[in-house]
Amino acid sequence: MIDVKDLNKSFGDAHILKGITTTFEKGKTNLIIGQSGSGKTVFLKCLLGLFDYEEGSIAYDGKVFSKLSEDDKRNMRAQIGMVFQGSALFDSMTIAENVMFPLRMFTKQSKSEMKDRVDFVLNRVNLESAHNKMPSEASGGMQKRVAIARAIVNHPKYLFCDEPNSGLDPKTAIVIDNLIQEITDEYQITTVINTHDMNSVMEIGEKIVFLKDGLKAWEGSKETIFKTDNEVVTDFVYSSNLFKKVREAYLKDN
Amino acid sequence: MTYLHNIGAYFLMITEMFRKPTKWNVMKQLVLKDIDDLIIGSLGIVAFIAFFVGGVVTIQTALNLTNPLIPKSLVGFATRQSIILEFAPTFISIIMAGKVGSFITSSIGTMRVTEQIDALEVMGINSLNYLVFPKFMALMLYPFIISIAMFLGIIGGMAACVFGGFSSLADYTTGVQLDFIPFHITYAFIKTIVFAFILATIPSFHGFYMKGGALEVGKASTTSFVWTSVVIILLNYFLTQMLLSS
Repeated sequence: MIDVKDLNKSFGDAHILKGITTTFEKGKTNLIIGQSGSGKTVFLKCLLGLFDYEEGSIAYDGKVFSKLSEDDKRNMRAQIGMVFQGSALFDSMTIAENVMFPLRMFTKQSKSEMKDRVDFVLNRVNLESAHNKMPSEASGGMQKRVAIARAIVNHPKYLFCDEPNSGLDPKTAIVIDNLIQEITDEYQITTVINTHDMNSVMEIGEKIVFLKDGLKAWEGSKETIFKTDNEVVTDFVYSSNLFKKVREAYLKDN
Repeated sequence: MTYLHNIGAYFLMITEMFRKPTKWNVMKQLVLKDIDDLIIGSLGIVAFIAFFVGGVVTIQTALNLTNPLIPKSLVGFATRQSIILEFAPTFISIIMAGKVGSFITSSIGTMRVTEQIDALEVMGINSLNYLVFPKFMALMLYPFIISIAMFLGIIGGMAACVFGGFSSLADYTTGVQLDFIPFHITYAFIKTIVFAFILATIPSFHGFYMKGGALEVGKASTTSFVWTSVVIILLNYFLTQMLLSS
């Protein structure tokens, strides 16, 4: 579980995050949504410890990250898996080497143990025969799955995903969404996904935090987002006719 | 102000590069890969340039020594001095700033653009140690390249001299051995080690701290070449002043 309290972050005079307080729950897919420029990426980078913040706190299972010693911060980071928007695979390594990388860096496992674990996670993301391919030879969907495999290979307690569906076709996007949700449920990890893909919101949004101009404008779930009459949320989520109709049908049935 | 900020950031980068070291079994492979990319991969072009520039230095010297009172062996002497003191350590370093420097900047810059450096940071890895330190270690073998450049430059000069009919092989070899001062080799290698450090760190700095996309990677490579060359030329002047003039 990740507890965020009164988080404030500025760049010079620009106040980007304005007192965000929320909780990301364990075993659930937690989504951060909002328009471009609403502060989603800055929020995610604060959660990851890539950005320092002026006020507030972020606690991972009760441990406030900014108060940890350098060694504890490093140990904490070893428990974090991250799927970047562009996958961020190391292009000088094969897919298997990419997935093995966190094991080589943070564990004392033998080569055969590492190989077994890599085989297991690559099978888990349905990439049984891609071990020796270079990232440049893999499709966008494959790269995302490799990034997920790399993120989960070292048994993380927290999984962060930045726009995991960007640049993917709708079918592959659903595969990736479902995979993230299955992994979250299976390993009972705390997953935080930064997205503006409304399909993801409807499919896997067990907890949704909506940001607008650096403020938390709303929070709820994929069920409550249909019922909310918060104009800021409905303007954004139901800006397309398709989702308007989906909402109307949902409200009619319920 | 920007210059001062960048100079400060550069020195902070250097201190950070030595902190939180990466596991040795991982680092060993990174160093070996960088030796292959930066040292072994540069041997061909360095050998080619050194041989032919050595030849040109000899021809130019021979063509300018028109006075019959000047012994023919002076061609070998002048070639040796030019190559050991300046051509091999400095001229080759400028070439390496283009070849190796732009490779380092563009490879690290591309990692920045594609969030690979962020991925390392999120994992809790000291990305400066992981990326820059192996290049620094690999370039500690740079004197090996410069030794080859010295040798091939003198051999190239010999070939040009003998086959061009400027003097005999005996005269040339006599000249090469004339008034040899071993400290000149020490001076050349001191410069080489300093330039190796510059070649590893300035291009890394420009790649690591670049912002933007693919176009900016190209711009960073060009800027890195310019600044690496400027710093090499300036340090060459100060080192020569300190080590040779007394």
